Amino acid sequence: MSVLVRIPTILRSYTGGAAEVTASAGTLRDVIAALDADYPGLGGRILDDGGKLRRFINVYVGEEDVRFAQGLDTQVSEGARVSVIPAVAGGTA
Amino acid sequence: MSLPPLVEPADSLTVDEVRRYSRHLIIPDVGMTGQKRLKNAKVLVVGAGGLGSPALLYLAAAGVGTLGVIDFDVVDESNLQRQIIHGVCDVGRPKAESARDAIAEINPYVTVVLHDERLDTDNVMAIFAGYDLIVDGTDNFATRYLVNDACVLLGKPYVWGSIYRFDGQASVFWAEHGPCYRCLYPEPPPPGMVPSCAEGGVLGVLCGSIGSIQVTEAIKLITGIGEPLAGRLMIYDALEMTYHTVRVTKDPECAICGENPAITELIDYEEFCGVVSEEAAAAAAGSTISAKDLAAMLDAGDDIFLVDVREPNEYEIVSIPGATLIPKGEFTSGAALERLPQDKRIVLHCKSGARSAEALAVVKNAGFYDAVHVGGGILAWINQVDPSLPAY
Repeated sequence: MSVLVRIPTILRSYTGGAAEVTASAGTLRDVIAALDADYPGLGGRILDDGGKLRRFINVYVGEEDVRFAQGLDTQVSEGARVSVIPAVAGGTA
Repeated sequence: MSLPPLVEPADSLTVDEVRRYSRHLIIPDVGMTGQKRLKNAKVLVVGAGGLGSPALLYLAAAGVGTLGVIDFDVVDESNLQRQIIHGVCDVGRPKAESARDAIAEINPYVTVVLHDERLDTDNVMAIFAGYDLIVDGTDNFATRYLVNDACVLLGKPYVWGSIYRFDGQASVFWAEHGPCYRCLYPEPPPPGMVPSCAEGGVLGVLCGSIGSIQVTEAIKLITGIGEPLAGRLMIYDALEMTYHTVRVTKDPECAICGENPAITELIDYEEFCGVVSEEAAAAAAGSTISAKDLAAMLDAGDDIFLVDVREPNEYEIVSIPGATLIPKGEFTSGAALERLPQDKRIVLHCKSGARSAEALAVVKNAGFYDAVHVGGGILAWINQVDPSLPAY
């Protein structure tokens, strides 16, 4: 009934520290809306004010970057794994 | 997708070199030819810090003939938790010099070229031109976009790694053979949205995990063995102890390596990445006090409300007496505003002044017009007011 979503360290403050959470299948837009309902504020870190994917956050369904698929309309089927990958710059000076 | 070797083999190895590299030489895929390629290779490591430390040590041990080190910073005690190329006796020395000495100790056959300067648009092309491959371990988005763009314009492979707390990422960007950094991340996050390691911390050993992936990829590219990480992003999660890769697609619309590139020469990277957001810069203009000003206000008994906008664990390490902890996230969400008194002047501070400037913009927008923030944050306080406190 659901899909797995990998949450990066930087966003785990929204999920109570959970590295992996579940959401129901649907389009990626549905999945993100469901995540935001369960974890308020998380959606706003992935989508901008206009509801588009932020340019410095990549979302993968399986191994595919959704920017090169159907974006937020990309279908996330049951059992699929969604990875949220933010740009980080640390190399530590 | 395997690629041809990046570097031609050197003419020969000396008897001493054969002895030293024997464990490489007996691997059929490396052999004498591969080791001679390493000997002839010129690799530049940008930053002798967290990622640069293990990268330089392993590249040196592997027998890369020429290693360039670019770093303008000096070794600080707080570096030693992860920057294993430096030692206690190096504290206060330039990192580039400290790295050179450590490399000489490991492998005297390596020629080290020091670039004791800050990489910028004026020097990057000339510096990179002398190398076959660039390994990047810097700590900010502006330098990473600068390194990427210079590599694309010069046609050099860019071995990239990045770390934060328990997460690491690594990839090989090489526009001639696959995607570049801008294909993966077209734009940097707005300042203040993604904390740096100085603000968010990093598990020291993570530098080794990601730095060694970068060296592995550099060796593979130089010698032309295996499947390079080009077109893939390696994602490491130390807490879950998982590595997985996702595909990185070359973006036909990429601003620098796409079909109709908008960027054909280097740009202003500070401006592109914004050191702080425009709102924060505007809010901070004319509303920034020094740590000494704050000390004077506290001594005079001024009726102020001092807010520390850092995270609870930072507050636990060291704090300014009398400060109330309200992390920056509560300003971004607006939740902090109801905790602010209407009848006192609001004074904000963080570690070094960036986060408090962002919070100041929120506070001013909410009508606290006389609010100010402390330039340089608690680090300035420690430096100028109370040096007995620990800096971190």
